[in-house]
Amino acid sequence: MGKLGSFVDHVGWPRVIIAVFLLLLFVAAPFVEVRLDASIGDTLVRFGMNGVLVLAMVPMIQSGCGLNFGLPLGIIAGLLGAVTSLELNLTGLAGFAAALAIAVPFGLLFGWAYGRLLNKVKGGEMMIATYVGFSSVAFMCMMWLLLPYRNPTMVWGYAGKGLRTTISVQEYWGGVLSDLLGIRVTDFLSVPTGMLLFVGLMCLLVWAFFHTKTGTAMTAVGTNPDFARASGIDIDRMRTLSVMMSTTLGAVGIIVYQQSFGFIQLYMGPFFMAFPSVAAILIGGASVHKATLTNVLIGTFLFQGILTMTPSVINSMLQTDMSEVIRIIVSNGMILYALTRVTRVNSK
Amino acid sequence: MTTEPLLSMEGVGKAFYGNRVLRDVNFSLAPGEILGLVGENGAGKSTLMNILFGMPVIAETGGYEGTIRFQGRPVSFSGPLDALDAGIGMVHQEFSLIPGFSAAENIVLNRESLKSSLLVEVFGERIRPVDRGEIFRRGKGAIEKLGVSIGPDMLVSEMPVGHKQFTEIAREIEKADTKLLVLDEPTAVLTESEAAILLESMRRLASEGISIIFISHRLQEIIDVCDRYIVLRDGEVVKEGEAKTADLRDIARAMVGRSVAAVESSGDEGRAFGEPILSLDRLWVDMPGETVREITLDVRRGEILGIGGLAGQGKLGIANGIMGLFPAGGTVTFEGCPITLNDPRSALSSGIAFVSEDRRGVGLLLEEPIKLNIAFTALQMQNRFLKKRFGGLLTWRDEDALDELAREYIESLAIRCVSGDQKAQELSGGNQQKVCLAKAFAVRPKLLFVSEPTRGIDVGAKKLVLDTIRRHNREYGTTILMTSSELEELRSVCDRIAIVQEGRLAGILPPQADRAEFGLLLLGATRGTTGEVAS
Repeated sequence: MGKLGSFVDHVGWPRVIIAVFLLLLFVAAPFVEVRLDASIGDTLVRFGMNGVLVLAMVPMIQSGCGLNFGLPLGIIAGLLGAVTSLELNLTGLAGFAAALAIAVPFGLLFGWAYGRLLNKVKGGEMMIATYVGFSSVAFMCMMWLLLPYRNPTMVWGYAGKGLRTTISVQEYWGGVLSDLLGIRVTDFLSVPTGMLLFVGLMCLLVWAFFHTKTGTAMTAVGTNPDFARASGIDIDRMRTLSVMMSTTLGAVGIIVYQQSFGFIQLYMGPFFMAFPSVAAILIGGASVHKATLTNVLIGTFLFQGILTMTPSVINSMLQTDMSEVIRIIVSNGMILYALTRVTRVNSK
Repeated sequence: MTTEPLLSMEGVGKAFYGNRVLRDVNFSLAPGEILGLVGENGAGKSTLMNILFGMPVIAETGGYEGTIRFQGRPVSFSGPLDALDAGIGMVHQEFSLIPGFSAAENIVLNRESLKSSLLVEVFGERIRPVDRGEIFRRGKGAIEKLGVSIGPDMLVSEMPVGHKQFTEIAREIEKADTKLLVLDEPTAVLTESEAAILLESMRRLASEGISIIFISHRLQEIIDVCDRYIVLRDGEVVKEGEAKTADLRDIARAMVGRSVAAVESSGDEGRAFGEPILSLDRLWVDMPGETVREITLDVRRGEILGIGGLAGQGKLGIANGIMGLFPAGGTVTFEGCPITLNDPRSALSSGIAFVSEDRRGVGLLLEEPIKLNIAFTALQMQNRFLKKRFGGLLTWRDEDALDELAREYIESLAIRCVSGDQKAQELSGGNQQKVCLAKAFAVRPKLLFVSEPTRGIDVGAKKLVLDTIRRHNREYGTTILMTSSELEELRSVCDRIAIVQEGRLAGILPPQADRAEFGLLLLGATRGTTGEVAS
């Protein structure tokens, strides 16, 4: 009991309960004629798709800027990279790499401006971040129509200009990462090895960064700004840097997401993208100013696992088609739950 | 005055968890008398007042001994409201005013004059409207009674501190039945002319029969305004008498002198020191609650200079200002080069380190391991404890070096912990303080500021910390500026002690100097003759 107790204490009750619930869903799946291998496959794919987006929360949390509700801004940088890559008619890995290469500078630029803004509103970052996300989406709704993209697969057919709401990347670089080194286990289960490796690589980079001098300084700024200042650290610079990193990771994350999903979603697409990522990292056990890669990985897996399994299993149980309703209830319920779990580490 | 005393305390004592803070306090106060209450920080003044007011903290910690008589009857108030009802008014050091209300509204708060209206007949007392005209008239009357001119319609948020203080006093005297007024350091925030007005109005109130207990650190005021005074030290009344015949030096000596036998001397008196390593020229620091107004001071290489003073007089502001943590001005020269103020990097990179008085707030990364806490400043400012990876492409934190460093300091400072990986918040106060010292030592400073190194830690740990500071000074020749509220502590460690009073240097004394000398400087009794004492 003592061992179990300390294990539960270490992992945290919420995670244990969600993990047990997820396990129950996997166990129940075969009994309601949901294929187990397909479920596992879906969970893995969703985990890979969202991994980097959740990772984009980490730098800002660590530097004390709070949860990155402004993730849509990073996503927009990613979208710019993606549509530009399509405009250049690049396919395969080259197309994917070009999308990243174009998205990253945008991410850095947007992140810099966004970081400057957040430095002016210390204490109210999360509220401001939410509206930065929302307003950037609204602004880009106009820009997607006006930007001079000409590729016929992307623009509205009848006008010959203005980007469509949903653009397929299947012909260009759809699945390039997911299928890379893909392992086909059964007809319904193939492991998206390339995508998982890419997520792993991103995690490694972030991990390595937080072991450098600058990364250490960033952690100190988040943990205790007064301490950092007394040690001669430029707090605003560290915060801006962390926001740039978070935004850029968001840009990279959405491109990974798109190549697996097969579509680029413009206009209102990025609007609510921040919430699932915020929820995932909170469920993973992060607090508002402390997040680890373990939080990211566990949180993404649990959140996406529940999101994959609940609709299909419950749908089959009830034998009706309301998977979309259940998905919305479950995902928003999880977000709501996670936001109530926002813990502030109080200095006792 | 031969009338029956308004208030008398007989054998009042109090212990917190076996720690005695008050012992057998006796005094009485006649109507219309002003009693001065003098004592160092922690002498028991606040506890005595808390007992008088029946503050919950007293009852929660086991009550008190002795009897308090008010108007001849033994009383034991069960809360400040009871005391207020009985006619005792209190003006706190912290302002308890509502910023968005005007002076008059604050003065009559919860005792507003009310009007009647038809609606009251229908809906009852609670909706009785407030009579604004009457309120302003009452507020104005109370303010005039004090002899100051504050518009009764002035908002508290727009007032200078002096006016706030007067508003608070006006509120207490506006109560019709106030018989006793307790003023806790009311003049601390006032300018000299405002203080003079306040003293004048205190005399006027006393002549109207209101008794006053006046707590102040300014001895001269006590002598000027009070009829009698008592001096508290370590919870005991060590001296009392008529203010008119009092001698400043006697009071100062009584206040400061400890029952501790002799000051443990720092061992090697007459140590020779080199040229000035740090020079302050007209330094000012805007640190809230610890404002430094103008300090000019030379620190010589290799010495331990103590900075003493009562709380709030600005002694803590000096180190914080030089380290760039609060807005500062003036000139600071270190080893011949000027330090850029308001920039922490400037002081740190020239070899100055700082152990903050705010251990948990500024001193530590509570959620991070001990080893990172110790190494942090050295790592950030001096690029130590780093190693290159991938041919210099990446600069990595050298965990092995961190472990080694942590082991070294855990051993040499006897930090009690499991390992260097333990989080700082899990340590006791004394051990946390040692981690803070280790962090400062790790940058191998030429000059070290140590602020309140023994605050909030137990007696055993205190000695260890002080010994560590002294040893570091002797072994490495580090010049140390130690700021402390505890005079005895400074006298046991320092080579010279500078006393700061009201943001200015009151004087510098050798640790062997007479207690009365320190007392006079602490209380600012020698203000105006600074130059002569400082020499």
